[in-house]
Amino acid sequence: MQTQVLIIGAGVTGTGLARDLAMRGVDCVVVDKQDVNAGASGGNHGLLHSGARYIASDAAAAAECHAENRILKRIAPHCIEATGGLFVAVAGDDENYITDFADACRRCRVPVMAVEPKDALEMEPALSRRLIAAFAVDDATIDPFRLSLNNMAGARQAGGRLLRHHRVTGFEVHAGRIRHTRLRDEITGRDLFVAADVVVNAAGAWAGTVAGLAGAPLPMRCSKGTLLVTQSRLASRVINRLRRPTDGDILVPGGTVSVLGTTSARVADPDGVYPEIDEVDAIIAQGAAMIPELATSRYIRAFCGVRPLPGDGAAFADGDGDDRAASRGFLLMDHHRAPERLANFITITGGKLTTFRLMAEKTADLVCERLGVVAPCRTHCEPLPDATTERWTQPGLAPAEWWRRKAGGDLLLCECEIVPQSTVDQIVAGLGALGGRPNLNAVALRSRIGKGPCQGTFCSQRLAAYLYDRGHLAGDVGIEQLRLFLRERWRGQRPLLWDLPLAQAELLEAMHCGLFGLELD
Amino acid sequence: MNDERCDVVVIGAGLTGLAAALFAVRRGLDTVLVGRTGALGFASGLLDLLGVHPVGGHTPLEDPWQGITALRADQPQHPYALIDNPAIERALGTVLAFLAANGHPYITRPHRNQTVPTAVGTLKTTYALPCTMAPGAMALARRVPCLLVDFHGLKGYSARQIAATLAGVWPGLTPVRIAFPEAHGELLPERLARALDTVPAREKLVAAIGPHLGEAAAVGLPAVLGFYHSPAVVAELQQGLGVPVFEIPTMLPAVGGLRLRELFETALPAMGVRSLWQQWVDGARRLPDGRWRFSVAAPSGEQHFTARGAVLCSGRFFGKGLHADRHGIREPLFQLPVVQPPHRADWHHKDLLAPEGHPINRAGVAVDETFRPVDGRGRLVHDNLFAAGTLLAHQDWVRQKCGSGLAIATAYAAVRACAALI
Ligand SMILES: Cc1cc2nc3c(=O)[nH]c(=O)nc-3n(C[C@H](O)[C@H](O)[C@H](O)COP(=O)(O)OP(=O)(O)OC[C@H]3O[C@@H](n4cnc5c(N)ncnc54)[C@H](O)[C@@H]3O)c2cc1C
Ligand SMILES: Cc1cc2nc3c(=O)[nH]c(=O)nc-3n(C[C@H](O)[C@H](O)[C@H](O)COP(=O)(O)OP(=O)(O)OC[C@H]3O[C@@H](n4cnc5c(N)ncnc54)[C@H](O)[C@@H]3O)c2cc1C
Repeated sequence: MQTQVLIIGAGVTGTGLARDLAMRGVDCVVVDKQDVNAGASGGNHGLLHSGARYIASDAAAAAECHAENRILKRIAPHCIEATGGLFVAVAGDDENYITDFADACRRCRVPVMAVEPKDALEMEPALSRRLIAAFAVDDATIDPFRLSLNNMAGARQAGGRLLRHHRVTGFEVHAGRIRHTRLRDEITGRDLFVAADVVVNAAGAWAGTVAGLAGAPLPMRCSKGTLLVTQSRLASRVINRLRRPTDGDILVPGGTVSVLGTTSARVADPDGVYPEIDEVDAIIAQGAAMIPELATSRYIRAFCGVRPLPGDGAAFADGDGDDRAASRGFLLMDHHRAPERLANFITITGGKLTTFRLMAEKTADLVCERLGVVAPCRTHCEPLPDATTERWTQPGLAPAEWWRRKAGGDLLLCECEIVPQSTVDQIVAGLGALGGRPNLNAVALRSRIGKGPCQGTFCSQRLAAYLYDRGHLAGDVGIEQLRLFLRERWRGQRPLLWDLPLAQAELLEAMHCGLFGLELD
Repeated sequence: MNDERCDVVVIGAGLTGLAAALFAVRRGLDTVLVGRTGALGFASGLLDLLGVHPVGGHTPLEDPWQGITALRADQPQHPYALIDNPAIERALGTVLAFLAANGHPYITRPHRNQTVPTAVGTLKTTYALPCTMAPGAMALARRVPCLLVDFHGLKGYSARQIAATLAGVWPGLTPVRIAFPEAHGELLPERLARALDTVPAREKLVAAIGPHLGEAAAVGLPAVLGFYHSPAVVAELQQGLGVPVFEIPTMLPAVGGLRLRELFETALPAMGVRSLWQQWVDGARRLPDGRWRFSVAAPSGEQHFTARGAVLCSGRFFGKGLHADRHGIREPLFQLPVVQPPHRADWHHKDLLAPEGHPINRAGVAVDETFRPVDGRGRLVHDNLFAAGTLLAHQDWVRQKCGSGLAIATAYAAVRACAALI
């Protein structure tokens, strides 16, 4: 396979870069060892930062967030809910931080407005009565799945290609250039070689590992964060705790739910991370100080992601070694100028979801310079088109469509989240365009299937049966697909199994293990 | 205020409670049964005795009785270790005879488990099969060419999926999808089953399947073949099509369990069990003379029962016999001691399908050899309180495939001990 640019990693950064390059007429291939947003881009808070969270730790990042927040609201409004945000302090919080907050925001040019606590309580009745200060900021929420899927769809329209389930396993370097990149097809086990003029490493927290394959040392720290999804939406705005960033201090709405987080724990390896039970308890305890209801809410899912933080920590972390104080700025590394002197290898990592477009722009500038392409970036002014096959992750969207078109034969496969057969058909069509066979997890990634209170007990088999009926699954792969789907859902359920969700899990196991025997060979 | 006396109150009307009430009334005890039917309404109707031992061993047991003997040696705390094989056989025999007498014969094979296909195309090992599913075990054993029928509008059941998944072990399965006579849109299993209780619907179904029969030597359908009269429905389809017809267990809620529930709910009151269906015991207190006084929140107001003994068959978390919050597991009605892992972090494995099963599934109420709950040091909690079924500790019915057998055998042993006491 041949291309001008090979992009490693299909997170927000890699897919954003693909669209940027495609719009400049550059041919590119994006590869991911799993699927779109399998990394941090699928395991984050979905907060489109106003910048106010970083005013104390990283003024430059705060200003970048603010600028990108405005651009994205303009070019991708369909991926964003302009909720606004509040920073709130409760009795006992650091008075100095509260006093300095507004000035610090202004210094970083982050708009902020003081709100009387009684008004804040009226705006958000779920807030603690022990509120002592509140400020309104421009926070919003962003759907990272829709964002990446739309970016990729945009890139594909201009000729870009996506290879899912292809892992980069090595590089053939000759005379200071990467001649070939070796990929392994994770499904068939076959090797594939790509010859590219430029190779971009956008592998997030895995960027260090990928660079290592090319003999380029790139120290990275992996900071895991865990998040909890509540069953209902507890607030209409983003709520931040008004203090230095710590555990359980942000509640972000997402359609019909709220997402509470997060934590920061250094992990050695970005693979094999799970949301842990002690993290869940810590997040709930902290969150409840801000929003008391969080102590008793029903939670439907936990998930985690690994933040890509460039550097070995010494230069970034503050005295107590908290990675949250590390720079949220991004690292664009031209390996031509590094000691390894690789002429056609570039790494882009670090940064944030909020700043992905800027990261893509700077990277594309460098790639174009290397290729001798003269074309300006247009992603800051040209709207991001909304591809219909990529739309179904938005909570409430599939139900709305279903009610609107309610055709007798269009059965609901997921009754919790109201996902009908027709939605699955559209997703499968989108996947088909990628040249891949649909599987349960790929459909789940692109829809709300399995994300409701039944935890996937019913929709898993309904979806499997449907995919067989439509000829998308064959042979006995359905069994393995069911296992993979249920295992993936389980990661997020396990730390939250008490009260009703535990009873639901028991039913799930009774059916899938007791009756179907999926745990047996 | 309504206040009644009885010999024994059975709490919970899952399979355990239903079986306990049956055993109690058979022993001549004046029996009150209070409870919801719980998990039974979701179950397949298959009666497992022991399908897997040791857990993680992956090969289903051919002979469940041998398996139980081995289990007893390996896990002396398992409830099966508190009962001997002849007693388990008597218990099962009583229930199977009762089901047959009430129109739902089950098929067992001496000292053998049986295997049937499921809706996801796996093979399920079980002990007693409803007679409507038994021809499926036979067809599978001989790998006869079969027509697998499914219906437009029945979600989660695909004949094509079953045929494709089983093709490696059972070639010659041909899927076909037809319209269920006079039904449109989404089909609910229970409605189909009730429709097939009527003769015209069965005739139309035969007519719809006939043209697809081809070389098939048997026909498999989702388990919706009749609600009250399933054996007759299957016999009639068989006659109409001229080949054996069998049911394949569907995903839940499955009709197989509902049939059992209906059967018990009709037969037990007729045998003299005072039954308070779908009602809840919300208080238990011991009187100075040692008897139990239970309060039941009935729609007609609070009702009370005074009993000489009680059998707790309240199930696990789904049945609400156990309750968990973030800090631990409780038995809510009697506040009985619950055997459990020390921390929530140890409740479940990170892998849903970990071969050894989740430690929380072995949590529960521990009992002595007379099925009376004991505390951590093995001391009796109450001398006239007995416990049975999935509520019990030291078993994992889901992984061991012993749900129904455990329910029936422990109900039998608990009632036997209770009768001996009073
Ligand atoms: C808990 C948490 C909360 C966060 N909340 C926010 C927030 O609210 N707002 C915000 O702006 N930012 C947030 N972030 C940060 C943001 O999510 C990340 O900065 C961003 O998603 C990184 O995107 P990426 O594309 O660079 O990396 P990733 O999304 O991690 O993508 C890297 C991809 O590379 C692939 N890959 C790795 N190795 C290989 C290989 N060898 N071959 C092929 N493919 C490979 C992976 O499968 C992965 O899909 C949060 C992060 C975390 C962890
Ligand atoms: C999905 C599924 C698949 C199954 N598949 C199989 C199978 O393949 N093979 C097999 O053999 N078995 C199967 N089973 C059945 C299972 O084995 C039986 O349901 C179980 O063994 C019986 O459990 P139980 O009666 O102890 O508990 P439950 O069925 O939970 O019944 C306990 C009942 O007690 C009631 N209760 C609790 N507290 C009170 C109170 N205070 N007052 C009144 N009522 C109360 C509860 O509401 C509940 O209805 C399956 C079950 C399910 C759910």
